[in-house]
Amino acid sequence: MSKIIRGKVYVVRDNIDTDQIIPAQYLSLLPNVPEEYEKLGSHAMAGLPDSSYPERFIKPGAMDAEYPIIIGGRNFGCGSSREHAPVALGAANCEAVVAEGFARIFFRNCVATGEIYPIESTQRLCEIFKTGDEAELDLDKNEMVAVETGQRYALKPLGDARAVIDAGGLFAYAKKTGMIAAG
Amino acid sequence: MGMTLTEKILARASGKARVYAGENVWVRVDILMTYDVCGPGTIGVFKREFGKSAKVWDPKKIVITPDHYIFTTDALCNRNVDTLREFAREQGLPYFYDIIDDPRGHWKYDASRGPLVRQHGSHYVGVCHTALPLKGHTRPGEVLLGTDSHTCTAGAFGEFATGIGNTDAGFVMGTGKILLKVPETMLFWFEGALQPGVMGKDVILHVIGEIGFDGATYRAMEFRGPGASAMNMDDRMTIANMAIEAGGKNGIFEADQKTFDYVNERVAANGTKKEYEAVTPDADASYVYNKKFDLSKLEPTVACHPDPGQRKLARELGHVALDRAYIGSCTGGKTSDFIAFARVVKGRQVKIDTFGVPATTQVVQDLRAVKLGDKSVWQILVDAGVRMTENAGCAACLGGPEDTFGRVNTPMKCISATNRNFPGRMGNRESQVLLASPATVAASALTGKVTDPREFWS
Repeated sequence: MSKIIRGKVYVVRDNIDTDQIIPAQYLSLLPNVPEEYEKLGSHAMAGLPDSSYPERFIKPGAMDAEYPIIIGGRNFGCGSSREHAPVALGAANCEAVVAEGFARIFFRNCVATGEIYPIESTQRLCEIFKTGDEAELDLDKNEMVAVETGQRYALKPLGDARAVIDAGGLFAYAKKTGMIAAG
Repeated sequence: MGMTLTEKILARASGKARVYAGENVWVRVDILMTYDVCGPGTIGVFKREFGKSAKVWDPKKIVITPDHYIFTTDALCNRNVDTLREFAREQGLPYFYDIIDDPRGHWKYDASRGPLVRQHGSHYVGVCHTALPLKGHTRPGEVLLGTDSHTCTAGAFGEFATGIGNTDAGFVMGTGKILLKVPETMLFWFEGALQPGVMGKDVILHVIGEIGFDGATYRAMEFRGPGASAMNMDDRMTIANMAIEAGGKNGIFEADQKTFDYVNERVAANGTKKEYEAVTPDADASYVYNKKFDLSKLEPTVACHPDPGQRKLARELGHVALDRAYIGSCTGGKTSDFIAFARVVKGRQVKIDTFGVPATTQVVQDLRAVKLGDKSVWQILVDAGVRMTENAGCAACLGGPEDTFGRVNTPMKCISATNRNFPGRMGNRESQVLLASPATVAASALTGKVTDPREFWS
């Protein structure tokens, strides 16, 4: 299955922890209740300090982000094990995070929920792209193209995790491949 | 080639003679812990995937501890505790440590009684990571998973313990198994004894500063050596607790007689499973990192804003003025943490707003019982001006709802005995948190500036 994600990027730096992705006061919202899922999305990245990120990921009053791709630095998703983090990004219509590195539990939660493609870059893209730049992410060619310049940047392959996210997460994949009985 | 502590536990739990770092193995789980923030979501996944009338794989292996957002008027938070109660009743779970005593009741926090006075029932324990050992659910050689990143705390007891998300936990709830990658192991060899006024918290802040906030990502952190053996269980818990702050998958100490005594006493007191089999590391095990640390050279250490790897010595930060001090959480809310705090503030007055939140209800009892001189530890803190609450729990460590006790609601600077200081961790997203030992937090509360506790240590 070919997969191309095209749109504006939202750029953050190193060490974006789960409290910045979805602040703790919103964790009472349950990802499995549809209207609470949508509300989680409206608070995605709400914990980023205004002083460092005056351009907000979700515009005031909006429920979704206009950025299908987030670009991060090192250790994206560090901190707590809250699955609300990839869920909030997915609920905000974000599809992929491209970062130099991911914290372990966040990466695993992205795959288990199928909400977000967590893709490692081979360069420090958060120094190259600016929030609002257009990009095209090709998961088959493992590259990201800056639309304005045409410059191509290599990405690391997702490996076996790709098929799990394509299927919609751990349980959907396990059912699709016959690992567990389809319910 | 031999195996590390983590490899040995994962080999046994996966039914293999040996496992190698990097290998993916299906692991049998001994305990699954969840709580009010991630429990309802986990239960949602479990029911969606296994069916509305499905039963959990083993009721005795599931521990549920409401602890995060309990003492708040937030209606969704109160509802989430009710969801846990309903599930525990429906599944017949023996280890649900409810906030109220009525299994058919509803939880509603009464703000009019104020945040300091006890509002919980007789089964309530408090913070999951300190509740697990207290209630006899941690045993050497076992595999413990929890829907919280600080689940790695239980590695203090010589077991494999790590945090997972709701979807993985929903799978474990139905099957008792999880697919895990065997992590590479880093060895931290501790020698020498800590100086007076220097605590386990200083050790782990030093270690994280050494390897960086992502220095142990995907890896096991194994803490050994004579310095580790000399540590009490509380210090081992503090150190294992913060393995995640370096990105670690788990932190682990080798179980010894201190561990066995601690565990045996608590499983007997609670009637939980007594049998366990500890593991020992092989002399020829392979480590990706191996470094000696002389504990006698360590000084009171602080992690500055905005991440746990921003290491400085307390004595270098005397110019940093503070607005608030906070002692509590799984990391810094144990009995020994409050005793260290009391030794510093005894007979003195704090200069800035200072909040104290015991990790468990047992800690509340201990602080009333333990005396330094003629006064209880609790009284010493209250007399020093610390706002002590009887409502044990996670409280402001992770911010939480706006009415959470001690929450940092304005862009202030707070020194805290907790575990994490990324932007906004304790509430307001422009606020700053400095992490330190309970002793350093105490000394800093007295002066209103970051202060080396050895100036006041008695």
